[in-house]
Amino acid sequence: MSRQIYSFHGGVHPEENKQISTQHPIAIAPVPSRIIVPVHQHIGQPAKPCVAVGDQVLKGQIIAEAEGYISVAAHAPTSGVVTAIAPHPVPHPSGLSDICIHITPDGQDLWTERKPIDYRNLNASALRNRLRDMGIAGLGGAVFPTFIKLNPGVPQKVQTLLLNGGECEPWITCDDMTMREHAAEILQGAAIMRFMLRAESVLVGIEDNKPQAIAAMQQAATQCDFPIEIITIPTLYPGGGAKQMIKTVTGQEVPSGGRSTDVGVATFNIGTALAIHRAVNHGEPLISRVVTVTGNVGQAQNFEALIGTPINELVALTGNSVDPVTGYLMGGPMMGIELAQIIDVPMVKATNCILVKSAKLFPPPPPAMPCIRCTRCADACPADLQPQELFWFARSKDFDRAQKYRLFDCIECGCCSYVCPSHIPLVQYYRYAKSEISAKQKDQEAADHARERHETRIARIEREKQERADKLAQKAASKPAAESATDDPAAAAKKAAIQAAIERAKAAKAESDVTAAPTE
Amino acid sequence: MLSSPYISEKTSVSIIMLKVMLALVPAIAAYVWYFGPAILISLTIASVTALGLETIAVKLRGLPAKPFLMDGSALVTAWLLALSIPSIAPWWLIVVGTFFAIVVAKHLYGGLGNNLFNPAMVGYAVLIISFPVQMTHWAAPYSLAGEHLGLLDAFNYIVSGVLPDGWKLDAISTATPLDTIRTQLQLHRTVTEISQMPIFGSIGGQGSEIIALLFLAGGVYLWLTRIITWHIPVAFLGALTLISGLFYLYNPGQYASPWFHLATGGAMLGAFFIATDPVSGATTPKGKLIFGAGIGALTYLIRALGGYPDGVAFAVLLMNITVPLIDAYTQPPVYGHKGNKK
Repeated sequence: MSRQIYSFHGGVHPEENKQISTQHPIAIAPVPSRIIVPVHQHIGQPAKPCVAVGDQVLKGQIIAEAEGYISVAAHAPTSGVVTAIAPHPVPHPSGLSDICIHITPDGQDLWTERKPIDYRNLNASALRNRLRDMGIAGLGGAVFPTFIKLNPGVPQKVQTLLLNGGECEPWITCDDMTMREHAAEILQGAAIMRFMLRAESVLVGIEDNKPQAIAAMQQAATQCDFPIEIITIPTLYPGGGAKQMIKTVTGQEVPSGGRSTDVGVATFNIGTALAIHRAVNHGEPLISRVVTVTGNVGQAQNFEALIGTPINELVALTGNSVDPVTGYLMGGPMMGIELAQIIDVPMVKATNCILVKSAKLFPPPPPAMPCIRCTRCADACPADLQPQELFWFARSKDFDRAQKYRLFDCIECGCCSYVCPSHIPLVQYYRYAKSEISAKQKDQEAADHARERHETRIARIEREKQERADKLAQKAASKPAAESATDDPAAAAKKAAIQAAIERAKAAKAESDVTAAPTE
Repeated sequence: MLSSPYISEKTSVSIIMLKVMLALVPAIAAYVWYFGPAILISLTIASVTALGLETIAVKLRGLPAKPFLMDGSALVTAWLLALSIPSIAPWWLIVVGTFFAIVVAKHLYGGLGNNLFNPAMVGYAVLIISFPVQMTHWAAPYSLAGEHLGLLDAFNYIVSGVLPDGWKLDAISTATPLDTIRTQLQLHRTVTEISQMPIFGSIGGQGSEIIALLFLAGGVYLWLTRIITWHIPVAFLGALTLISGLFYLYNPGQYASPWFHLATGGAMLGAFFIATDPVSGATTPKGKLIFGAGIGALTYLIRALGGYPDGVAFAVLLMNITVPLIDAYTQPPVYGHKGNKK
């Protein structure tokens, strides 16, 4: 292939551990005993439930509608009865609860009516709304509502559609297996995206540790009626990160704080492309996804599982674990989150991997030693940061300098912590610093708001005072006219002078109050 | 672990320090071969003193002793100091130097990772300023002395200052090539004449040029195992070569060749093992180049024009001062802040 591959700075090569979950094809997970669908599985506003407890729902039926612009709908993953709409623990490191729609499956797995979308003859905005109502959100991890990214913009900003088959995290193989088994469907999804974005070129980036996926995609690409380029990129974590992938295949850097469309690229996970194909060509909303269940399990494998499946039921499908279980990660070991509990925490659209831990696979790290400024972290940082400096600033709470050294360009990929010979949990320091800065900014905004309100109030009081004084002065001005007939003019003039002095003093005081107020 | 990542590379400060020490071993072996086993005694004294002082200092600071002793940083400091001073220096000289390195330069500044100055070089600087006489008694190479002190005799001499019967200090000690060139130049001899003297060996001194070569080999090993990056050694040796080359071209009778400067004194040890101390050195890639080049240039200027035969230690310490400034002004552009180029 003649395309030039660029390299991004840094990156690491953790042990892949991918082969253990690619021994078997993707299995269809059975319908679980209960289904718990969180209404908030994407970035943005939670969806609004549109069913009631006791309702009979069909597979694929909408159960929560998108609310607000950045939102997508949620659907019943199987047919059954809505048993509760109530808070339930969701996959979150703190074990936080969120509103979930609980469904008891009836075992029939009866579909609602499925209508393919004639996307070529649909108005672009209506088509995007259909995708929103199909619940399509990015399956790569960020879970951003997909329809928003499929807007070409005016003027058209996207020349390149980039499908991300990087999957650089160790252990995870769901994208790999999906590409091996559903290559043609992924490219049909790509065709829809290409049409919507009016993109000129379609690229698929795949790391070279997935030769079978590359072969399958290349084979499928030959059947395509539009040009598509399957690009093999070197295996290097975090090469599957959108920004790193864009740099690798185009040589361009997404500007800080910007989006990939700023360099003319729209990036989607290959699973998202598959979901779009199913939604558009088969009328099936996003109610299932491929998830890798691996690590300390009986037989690691990929499952096509229904959204809302309790994770413990999913893990049970792999048989008994080898060693005592020490925890569960959702996602990979570099960026995944530790699940505080797994008993009936549901899998969501973001669940690409359940990684079961054991002391053998994930030994506790040795105690942290002082930083010796060896700069291995800087050598590994894909954002070209100086992590050793950021660590120093975060620890000494020098947040201003942390920001100056671009703390917020940290993508929290974990490369720095991974290579640190002193075993310092660097990423935790950056998360801490980021949250402190955000909290301070919020405090500052609240204080600004309070001060504004206070100033408005003072101004109002002063205005009222002034109005009263004006009225009084008016009265006084009309009175002397009547009184002057009886009193001597000298006394009246004196009185007027006194009144004027009082007014002046009042005005002066009011002025000083106003200027004093902001310093409070 | 509280949050991701949940895995880490199998590495540690101890492993890094062990590799540094491993990289020093071939040169130490050559040292014994050419200059006798006295270096083993001084390495041992320095090591024991460093570990003892490290233990006391860490305990006084209320920290657990074991992880800090195990990190190996005190041993590396001890070795670098012992390799920088004459191998037949009296025991108390080693102890005083180690004290300043470990206690003053390291722990009074906050311990591992916090020292502004290279500890071994602080120890060396204290010794060369305070005890110039003892610091000039270098062991003579075997090829010149004909014999060296055995292990036991060396131990006796270092500890008690007593040489075996019939031995004279003059017979076993000598000025270094750098020292020789300095004193001989003052006697109005040309470099060409001076370099005919036997102490010079082929390039940088009898025996010491081989040791320098092995330091170079050790440094390449450190680079290959990614303990150090190439920036500091290359900039150091590059600057030393360049500036000594300019002087040499200007007047070969007055100034020694760049090859001599590379192969003698502390050039190789300094370039690969001392200037590369991560704690007290610059950290950005560009900063490392400036830092290394500064050391190379200063080393030459001190050697050729300054008051000391070798300049590595002072050059390192002087450049240590500039590190915060260098780092602040050489921050590399962050992803997304560079101008896009296709």
